[in-house]
Amino acid sequence: MSEKTLVEGIREALDEELARDPNVFITGTDIGPRGGVFLATQGLYAKYGPRRIIDSPLAESSIIGVGIGAAMNGMRPVCEIQFADFIHPAYNQIVNEAARMFYRSGGQYCVPLVIRCPYGGGVGGGLYHSQSVEATFAHVPGLKVVIPSNPRDAKGLLKSAIRDNNPVLFLEPKKGYRAIKGEVPEGEYTEPLGVAKVTRAGDDITVYAYGMMHFYCVQAADQVAEEGISVELVDLRTLNPLDKATVLQSFKKTGKALIVYEDNRFVGFGAEIAALLCEEAFEHMDAPIMRLAGPDVPAVPYSRPLQDWFMPDVQRIVEAMRKLAAY
Amino acid sequence: MGTPVIMPQLGESVVEGKIGKWLKKVGDEVKLYEPIFEVETDKVTTEVTASGEGTLLKLYFDEGDTVQAGALVAYIGQPGETPPEASSISVHDAHSAGEASKTQPAEVQPAPQRGRGPTRLSPVVARIAAEYNVDVSQIQGTGEGGRITKRDILAYIESRSQVDERGETRGAESRVGSEAELAPWEYPSTGELFKPSEETAPPAPTQPTPRAPDASRPTSPTTDVVPLSSMRRAIAEHMVRSVQTSPHATTVWEVDCSQISAHREANKAAFERDGAHLTFLPYFIVATVQALKRHPRVNSSWEERGIVLHRTINIGVAVSLPDGLIVPVIHNADALSLLGLAQAIHDLAERARSGRLRPNEVQGGTFTITNHGGFGSLFATPIIHQPQCAILGIGKIEKRPVVVDAGGTDALTIRPMAYLSLSFDHRVLDGADADHFMATLKWTLENWHAP
Repeated sequence: MSEKTLVEGIREALDEELARDPNVFITGTDIGPRGGVFLATQGLYAKYGPRRIIDSPLAESSIIGVGIGAAMNGMRPVCEIQFADFIHPAYNQIVNEAARMFYRSGGQYCVPLVIRCPYGGGVGGGLYHSQSVEATFAHVPGLKVVIPSNPRDAKGLLKSAIRDNNPVLFLEPKKGYRAIKGEVPEGEYTEPLGVAKVTRAGDDITVYAYGMMHFYCVQAADQVAEEGISVELVDLRTLNPLDKATVLQSFKKTGKALIVYEDNRFVGFGAEIAALLCEEAFEHMDAPIMRLAGPDVPAVPYSRPLQDWFMPDVQRIVEAMRKLAAY
Repeated sequence: MGTPVIMPQLGESVVEGKIGKWLKKVGDEVKLYEPIFEVETDKVTTEVTASGEGTLLKLYFDEGDTVQAGALVAYIGQPGETPPEASSISVHDAHSAGEASKTQPAEVQPAPQRGRGPTRLSPVVARIAAEYNVDVSQIQGTGEGGRITKRDILAYIESRSQVDERGETRGAESRVGSEAELAPWEYPSTGELFKPSEETAPPAPTQPTPRAPDASRPTSPTTDVVPLSSMRRAIAEHMVRSVQTSPHATTVWEVDCSQISAHREANKAAFERDGAHLTFLPYFIVATVQALKRHPRVNSSWEERGIVLHRTINIGVAVSLPDGLIVPVIHNADALSLLGLAQAIHDLAERARSGRLRPNEVQGGTFTITNHGGFGSLFATPIIHQPQCAILGIGKIEKRPVVVDAGGTDALTIRPMAYLSLSFDHRVLDGADADHFMATLKWTLENWHAP
């Protein structure tokens, strides 16, 4: 075991999968000799060469379109969209083609494609470099949506995503690329898709989070623990398919749920969790289900004070935890 | 207009009170602020006074009843006036638990304390209260505004069962419907929306596997790796499955193609005029169809319930592609003339090479022909296209010296000859069956007359 950053976990996963399977290749903007804007692919071009680490034109629909075609013909492409904000030109390829191919062809074709995509705000990126897009894509049947919250999971989940026979949107918390550090096991391991993880056991309230917000929730849970509030923290890890069993099991224990996400609140992923709890665990409910999320404004503002106003942070999570525990 | 007497809320966390003693009887005159009854809580006993004047017309509860705060307990009005119906909630009526409960105050004035009703329970508290038969009025709430939390009721049950010798507590198993009872559309998008990854994903190299050395190939200076296309994988899968499924045996026959060569030479130009390029293949298909009609067992499939004889004759023709092969099918080949077959072959082969075949055009074959002679091969041992029971290979037609009977004496002559190989499923056919079929095929080709 050694301590690594989240982006190092990503890079290791890519490196190991490229070495393991000759069908794996990477394409995206600036991912070649430049190593990607966040250096997630640093060193891979030198190691695997231009036939497997392929710089693409600045055209997301083409990056994904190429990936779909290659995937349908037996390759395992990993496409990088530089920022989640730029994924929208490829929406048609992802939703109409990649996600539906297996269903549409009656199982004759599958699209083993991974789309890596840094998401999230809090880095001074303003309108075009801060978006969270998970709710939009988690809505699409046939597309898996995965968001790691720590280096160990980032590596293990990405390896599983590459080996998966279905299109996987792999959203990486860009603010956490270097801010989140953690132990990464040596050697081969994977983390399964579709399985949430209870990262902290507690009795009073359940907090559901993923990605960067999970990182904040860990700190917030530490704070309120000193006040005697026992928080059970569930890292969702895969939003689609959702691990309903783990989500419900924790709620049945505490009866109180808080969902924390930085995407816009309205029709966000928290709404799906809340609906699931209402439908399948109503008789265990001991408090109104709470959401702490980004506000419903069109984008994360560039101004630092306004960005801080937008972003859920440790202090806000602490306050929400207290309020829910006191109910 | 009379004056209702309401059970007050005595303190923030107090949700109800017990009527200790009525200080007035029905019919008594009541003055403003005159005490009407005593209310007891576990903290305090106090008098409740009238907020209006008149005659006490009705008492809604008896002494000793516990009444929810905000409930109508008495009514002051003018003699002859009809007091309103009892519509309050008696949380804990010692005489008749449940009676007059479950209804909200209707015509009473607003409760002194606004906001959440005092006995509004969360779903989990309501459920536990029902399961353990708990009188929630006995529980001191610690939640927001004195709300009874799940923890409160569980602590109460815990303390009660310690006191209660009988300890008749029921299990707190969930009554939520099990997963199995849910309708399919209640499940998240799993199942066939996603292809299981274990199907084709390469194994994780946790231990040395045959695949592990491959991983180093791309960077090795002496080897190259050709990625497996989905067609390559499909062919590989089918070939392995076929040889594992059917015990293959192959019989080879030699055929004199003089007759069909002569016919072809004579009719080539006429066929060209009809837009068809006449090759030898249609002749072999016609002869195969004849032989299959004569020997229907060759046009069959092995199944556990028996040998399934196909009434239709659908001939698959293997077409090679740059990275593999595909087998388009001529459906109802027995209904087509030589010209029709020539046109069908040309059309299917063209579209196979340009990837424009429709799914039904590669399905439903009952017998397959592979024309390996086109590449110079003399004879081959083809692999059966499952679930058919035989495949015919056509070798190259070439001129060879052969011995013929020339009016009772042997003579050496030159004839266009070809070897035909039939690979067959030995579960279905024996060698004699296969050779009877081949004999018919040979006879038809060597005694060609335009059908």
